[in-house]
Amino acid sequence: MKQLLNTLYVSTDGAYLRLEGETLVLSVDKVKKHQVPLHHLGAIVCLGRVAISPALMARSMEDGRSIVWLSEHGRFQARVEGPVNGNILLRQAQFRAADRVETALEISKAFIAGKLRNSRNVLLRSARDSKDEAAKTQLVRAAKSLAINLRNLAHAESAASVLGLEGDAARVYFEQFNTMIKPQMREEFEYKGRSRRPPKDTVNALISFLYALLLNDCRSALETVGLDPQLGFFHVVRPGRPALALDLLEEFRAVLGDRLALTLINRGQLRQKDFDLRPGGAVMLNDSGRKTVIMAYQERKKETLQHPVLESQVEIGLLPLLQARMLARYLRGDVEAYIPFFNK
Amino acid sequence: MLILVSYDVSTLEAAGRKRLRRVAKVCQNYGQRVQKSVFECKVDAMTLEILQDALLKEISLTEDNLRIYRLTEPLTKNVKEFGKFRAMDFDAPLIL
Repeated sequence: MKQLLNTLYVSTDGAYLRLEGETLVLSVDKVKKHQVPLHHLGAIVCLGRVAISPALMARSMEDGRSIVWLSEHGRFQARVEGPVNGNILLRQAQFRAADRVETALEISKAFIAGKLRNSRNVLLRSARDSKDEAAKTQLVRAAKSLAINLRNLAHAESAASVLGLEGDAARVYFEQFNTMIKPQMREEFEYKGRSRRPPKDTVNALISFLYALLLNDCRSALETVGLDPQLGFFHVVRPGRPALALDLLEEFRAVLGDRLALTLINRGQLRQKDFDLRPGGAVMLNDSGRKTVIMAYQERKKETLQHPVLESQVEIGLLPLLQARMLARYLRGDVEAYIPFFNK
Repeated sequence: MLILVSYDVSTLEAAGRKRLRRVAKVCQNYGQRVQKSVFECKVDAMTLEILQDALLKEISLTEDNLRIYRLTEPLTKNVKEFGKFRAMDFDAPLIL
């Protein structure tokens, strides 16, 4: 079993990372600030202005440690990855599967089934937690509607109808986002419908940032297994777009993204002061907010839960990798079907 | 697992002082310095072997002394620290 290695997030503006022996040294203005042994690190994520020495980069590539640069708001900028790993036969199988309409449809359905079921669980969980009867009924009703979509999904016969069911479910689900926020927090965190690039309210800023972190983990998981993250089954292929990573992300949005966002909001761990208002109506997490979110995200990844298919306790952070492995097994023909991750 | 590495290296001769520096360097690669000749390292079984091997290559068994202790986890419960230095937990979220 692969060990869940830590990810180092560097958000110090102007930091310089270099290799010293078997350690990573972070310095600012040539002053050594931190030293971390490399064997703890599975990935390095740089937020904003961070430089890395060629030696550290080379060493990381050798060890299979990925390096990613995100803008300070979590938008993807660059990634350094070592030689393509995994085997060509697997990628060939992936490409053939994507070309076979029925197979592509079947895998798309699995990803979306995972999304619908996990979203539904988030709704039901909020319904259980809510003290307001009207809100409870509303959430349960939305959950029922997702259940209907889930049943219809099983009979969907074209990519268009899967897309339709997914879109419909997303609308129903996001309509309830405000209801899932505690009444006393609603004034501070008003959700005005999904907005991206740029997010137009605090809730959108938060979930977009979480999705960006999660997308990175999904992409790395696929690359680790040897799948091509750009060739998706549900998401349309476009140059530079990690379509398969986006496909895989669908199963995890609710579990690792939305649920965590709601916890951070409802427990008051994030406040208005953790966000900055930008010209043009964009809302972004600021330095302190980002730290809180990354901290919570990393902690959440260390929690364990019972995996329904593997029937063992696994760390949440390993889920994308496990699902990527199961997808690879399916594509190679070792198993009958791809089973998405279902949260209980 | 969490281990504690402590050492005494004889510094009477130049060769000893060289060993001292090299031993510290090896420890630094796998953990963090918590006191002058004491390091805390979080390692798995394999890394421990590598660390031990690297240390044994540096020290002189006739003149120096090396001790490796296994600490009981969780750290927060079993290790108390006082004074000016605070150790970093490399398994906790690392945001620098």
